[in-house]
Amino acid sequence: MTHVIDAARIAAVRQAAATRRQVVVAGLVAALCVAFALAMYLGDYPVAVPGIIQSLFSPFTGLVDRGVDFIVLQVRLPRAVLAVLSGASFALAGIIFQTLLRNPLASPDIIGIAHGASAAAVFVIIVLGWSGLAVSFGAFAGAVLTALAIYLLAWRNGVTAFRVVLIGIGMAAMLAAVISYLFTRARLNEVQEAMAWLVGSLNASRPGDSIVLGGAMLVLVPLMVALLRGLDAMELGDDTAKSLGARVEFTRLGLMLVAVGFAAFATAAVGPVGFVAFVSGPLARTLLNGAGRGFLQAALVGALVMLVSDLIAQHLLPAVQLPVGVVTGACGAVFLLWLLMASGRSGRVN
Amino acid sequence: MAEAQSHHRQKAARLIAGLLMLGAALLAIAMLSLATGARAIPLETVWAALTAYDPNSTEHRIIWDLRLPRTIVGLLVGAALGLSGAVLQGATRNPLADPSILGINAGAALAVVLGVAVLGMTQLSLYVWLAFIGSGVTMLVVYSVASLGREGATPVKLALAGAAITAVLQSIINGILLTSPRTLDEVRFWQVGSLSGRDIDIVLQVAPFLAIGMVLALGSARMLDGLSMGDDVARALGQRIGLSRGLAGLAAVILAGGATAAAGPIAFVGLTVPHVARAITGPGYRWILPYSMLMAPILLLGADVIGRVIAPPGEVQVGIVTAFIGAPFFIALVRRRKLAAL
Repeated sequence: MTHVIDAARIAAVRQAAATRRQVVVAGLVAALCVAFALAMYLGDYPVAVPGIIQSLFSPFTGLVDRGVDFIVLQVRLPRAVLAVLSGASFALAGIIFQTLLRNPLASPDIIGIAHGASAAAVFVIIVLGWSGLAVSFGAFAGAVLTALAIYLLAWRNGVTAFRVVLIGIGMAAMLAAVISYLFTRARLNEVQEAMAWLVGSLNASRPGDSIVLGGAMLVLVPLMVALLRGLDAMELGDDTAKSLGARVEFTRLGLMLVAVGFAAFATAAVGPVGFVAFVSGPLARTLLNGAGRGFLQAALVGALVMLVSDLIAQHLLPAVQLPVGVVTGACGAVFLLWLLMASGRSGRVN
Repeated sequence: MAEAQSHHRQKAARLIAGLLMLGAALLAIAMLSLATGARAIPLETVWAALTAYDPNSTEHRIIWDLRLPRTIVGLLVGAALGLSGAVLQGATRNPLADPSILGINAGAALAVVLGVAVLGMTQLSLYVWLAFIGSGVTMLVVYSVASLGREGATPVKLALAGAAITAVLQSIINGILLTSPRTLDEVRFWQVGSLSGRDIDIVLQVAPFLAIGMVLALGSARMLDGLSMGDDVARALGQRIGLSRGLAGLAAVILAGGATAAAGPIAFVGLTVPHVARAITGPGYRWILPYSMLMAPILLLGADVIGRVIAPPGEVQVGIVTAFIGAPFFIALVRRRKLAAL
């Protein structure tokens, strides 16, 4: 029994992990490119591939074909971009919470933040009778306020992951009851409108949605990357991390704020699309099989799930445009179940 | 040694006294549930109706035909939800595990939604069977999916498989509700969870299942204690992990399925009551299970009584009141005490 550390073997393991990370990223990016190309190509109005390419580059080349440009640049491109951005945002919100709270079930759509956005939006739709942008503002405010309430209620000489999770599910139950109550007291057509929003959809997406969400991500992603450095120490446990000089509370609060930002902006843009935040982290980590934390991979998975789900939602039934939220659950779940079954061979899920 | 033993005995005596107090509280709430409603009936009359039934008295008939079945459903459903939540949290070792996360509520809801949308059913008594079958099939699927692969149904895989199946079912439910306003109109009232309108037939339909489930659940205490030490330790102690988890899961399905069938999906009770019970009893499912079984119906019946008087002339469904009263209480408790992690 020697305690000599075999440097060569550690290097080999590290190398293998790095290779695996790169392969996963490359595979996901490739899949995303294919899905994006399909999103440009598929649709009721047939556009040939050269037409699409010409249209996409028309701002640079100056070659204009009004009909095709409208379909490609005004309809399909904004929708696909919004799907990618919102999918990645949901995924990052999910994986941050799952990592911080050390529970694969602790995504924002389970610990109450999505419920906050939903309850506020349903209130705006049913009680105030507003629609459109007001609903988005309501959802954003609802998500942020709920997260703030959870954090403040969980604060007692610092927060612990377990307390945040339990208080989150308490808040979730209460907010779900608010929604149920409003549903039983409203007229059926109002319930239908609220229900459509709750499922989440890209059908009514405005070009401005992508700009707002993209701008928010430009701020949030660098913040997240900076804060993630403090997370390595925190994984050793709060006390060890503190003795190593890590600012545990600062890092945790910062990351939670960033995660809430991702969730709130994405929800305001497309509604509380279910399951993307929940599933992306576990999917990315199963793909990585222990070779890293998988934030980048989770964002790619989220974007992919959202984009593919929207393609299925648009084209599955010939006459009906389903909202994307109807499909993300099924699509993400099939992916997750397949991985759960496959993971028997590699023997690791987390 | 002797000191430790006497300490142990003291703790047991304290916990038994607690159980008796909970039992008394439950009886009091049940009496209150018989007395309260759109027409308040004095407790003497309630007692007279129970002991010396007079078919000519309107008040006696109200108690026997309406309030007694409703109260029994509340007692049964509450006990079942509390037990199933405690058993599931123990079997999966996840504080977030509850019937709704493991797909039971979604399965029941999908069966009811399909029954309404495709078969045009609108009777509560038919929903019972739909919900029961839906939740049973769902839990079977969740468990088989989680059991695939080398290491069998680990807690993480159970939780993830449950959430994944729930998502699939919810997608289908949402798809149907969005395209069929008639179904949405019917189901929005069922899916709140309510005790009103439940007659003695519903009690008779679900009671045998719930009784079996309760026996199974209470009998699984030792297995859950074993599992709580972690799979490896439990296995080293000679416990059959897969069998334990399977039996506990079966008990939870029967209980949660029966409860959902009788009262619709009530999410909050099964999730939170076991945490409160654990805060009082400490670890050890021998105590957590009976405490959960008594505390949950106190919460449920209490909420139902409040729901009946809070918004006259109407009623607020018990699922809503439970969350509104239970959640702040639960949050306060989580803040005040250091709840034991699983």
